[in-house]
Amino acid sequence: MKLPDLTELALRNLRESLLRNSLTTVGIAVGVASLVAMLSLGIGLQQLASRRLVKSGLFDTVLVTSRRDLRNFGREEQRAGPAPGESRILDEPARREIEHLPNVLEAYPDIRFITELHLTMVGALPSSARSTDAFDGMQGSFFSSETAAEVVLQKSFAEELLGKTPQPGTDETKVAELAAPLLGKELTMRYAQRAVAQLQRPGGANAHAGDSAGKAQGSTSETAYSVISREQKLRIVGIADLDPESMRGPTRARVFLPLRLAESLHVMQPTDLREISRAAGAEPVYSSISVRVGNPTQVQLVENAVQKMGFNTFSILDATRSLRQFFAVLDLFLGIFGSLALAVASIGIVNTLVMAILERRREIGIMKAIGASDGDVRTLFFAEAGAMGALGGILGVALGWTIGQAINFGTNIYLKRQALPPEHFWSVPWWLVAGAIVFAFIVSLVSGLYPAGRAARLDPVQALRYE
Amino acid sequence: MSGSQGTPPTHCACTIRTEDLCRHYRLGDTLIRAVDGVSLEVRSGEFVALLGSSGSGKSSVLNLIAGLDRPTSGSVIVQGRNLARLSREELSKYRLHTVGMVFQSFNLISSMTLEENVELPMRFAEVERGKRQNLAHDALERVGLVARMKHRPSELSGGEQQRAALARALINRPQLLLADEPTGNLDSRTGTEIMNLVRHLNRQLEMTVVMVTHERALAERYAQRLIFLADGKLIADQANRSAAGEIKSQGERS
Repeated sequence: MKLPDLTELALRNLRESLLRNSLTTVGIAVGVASLVAMLSLGIGLQQLASRRLVKSGLFDTVLVTSRRDLRNFGREEQRAGPAPGESRILDEPARREIEHLPNVLEAYPDIRFITELHLTMVGALPSSARSTDAFDGMQGSFFSSETAAEVVLQKSFAEELLGKTPQPGTDETKVAELAAPLLGKELTMRYAQRAVAQLQRPGGANAHAGDSAGKAQGSTSETAYSVISREQKLRIVGIADLDPESMRGPTRARVFLPLRLAESLHVMQPTDLREISRAAGAEPVYSSISVRVGNPTQVQLVENAVQKMGFNTFSILDATRSLRQFFAVLDLFLGIFGSLALAVASIGIVNTLVMAILERRREIGIMKAIGASDGDVRTLFFAEAGAMGALGGILGVALGWTIGQAINFGTNIYLKRQALPPEHFWSVPWWLVAGAIVFAFIVSLVSGLYPAGRAARLDPVQALRYE
Repeated sequence: MSGSQGTPPTHCACTIRTEDLCRHYRLGDTLIRAVDGVSLEVRSGEFVALLGSSGSGKSSVLNLIAGLDRPTSGSVIVQGRNLARLSREELSKYRLHTVGMVFQSFNLISSMTLEENVELPMRFAEVERGKRQNLAHDALERVGLVARMKHRPSELSGGEQQRAALARALINRPQLLLADEPTGNLDSRTGTEIMNLVRHLNRQLEMTVVMVTHERALAERYAQRLIFLADGKLIADQANRSAAGEIKSQGERS
């Protein structure tokens, strides 16, 4: 029989016992819906977790340092590369080169220094820091631009400024309480500026060796810089609820400046003592550079590329890898539970079709008497099973999607009540839609195997005798 | 037996030939010999009636000729092919193209309209859709049922149903028409109507007809040869001598 005829006959047979076949189809739909619901929940949770991890900024950042910095990480690896003295200097051209590596979103210098007026650590932030969750609970706003004379304070520093440092054991002060008296106020920051000095006479006293690698002696012309104490007025725009000991943002910093502003201040950096000959120039030398990578999975590639340039790198191990493993197991279990309902539904198909054979015994006999082959009868029953499966699959995906949306909606109402930001943790990717329908179809065909075979083997003489 | 009527067994103008045909069933411990050593021949274009009381094995013989059943032993040779040796697939092709069957209980598919019923064998034969509809229309026209084409069998009288069944049996142009008590469920008037149609097919289209009946009168009126069966055995095979009835009925028709 040709396919259009087959489909037509199958559908008309399904219509003949509409109620029973509809119920069977609904059974499949419920099975598929539970499968889709379970798997999309798993996938959604995985995406949520990955999103959160990426947002933390912990796993997509590579810290680059120079091998010349003998106090730094990676002592062991260093042996393989060139001697520290001959390795590259981490300066502006190096930064630009790193920034142009594939998969790199941005590379920015880590500027950290200690301010004196209120003794604390100051760190510079690129504007991309705004999108990490480090600043999630922030009061006020982020910097209006990268050069604005604005400052964001860490909560504990704000407490110090207000003299409200909580006694151990008492409740934490809310960020909002600290923000009210501080936002918009002016803060004066005192810092040490490195200024290129104009040498009056050659061969001065400032040539006393400071190069830790000890190679610069005699090879360079005499250079000098001076250190000037300066003050900078800053407007407080935000109070961040960020733990200064966490690795998010500049370590231990409690006062945050916009990156470009910090660069323009030419604050004296620890490297300026090591690379004296360069520090006297206009181009800055960096102690470390933070490299933001597009995707946590690409961190290793970027690290390799940077190491090839002759720098040391450091990153936190890609946690998303173990996360994916965890979710693969979770998805498997959710899938198995979801499939249980589909398995029950497939027994429903077997039952319906076996019933149909009993009911249509005579009809099968007639069809055989007028020339239907075993194959015709078999494929007809197959087609009926397949049609119920495909129909149930489509219905089930729609149902599963609706259930997902409803749960998502309900959970977000709950999150809102708990004063938490809404989350989208329900995801039905297109491959799941297609996969679920195909799966339902295949399960139905397999369920139809036995009934179809039985119908095909039916003895026409017996079948026609049966009234 | 007298079945061969002098014709040599090797080759004849016959279209059906059975040789020592047996069909035994096992029912529990007892062996039922439904057909027990039947040898007969039907010539091409002949109208033969299989007569016998119920349980005589006449329907079983017809089912074996129709390829619906397989012999326990012996052979059924139709147009030179031994049905006992055909595969299931070949047998279904044989039923589809060579044989047309009508039954006492009409056996139309109740969920389908007359048109769909008549079309069904053409679906199995993979005839094109457009051609199928024309052929079904023509077939129903010949039996006078075009007006009722879209009706389901349950909405029709017995005679109409049997006419539709006849149209369906003939749709794939078989050479052989097998009828199992075709008038059994009809009153005598509609029965006559059906039998006249069958005879018309036999005479005008030279179709070979084998009809099973228990009514001797009906057989004598239409068939050219009468074969009597009892307890699965052939007991008599004779030409129809009541030619008068035949002429009379022919007179009725024209």
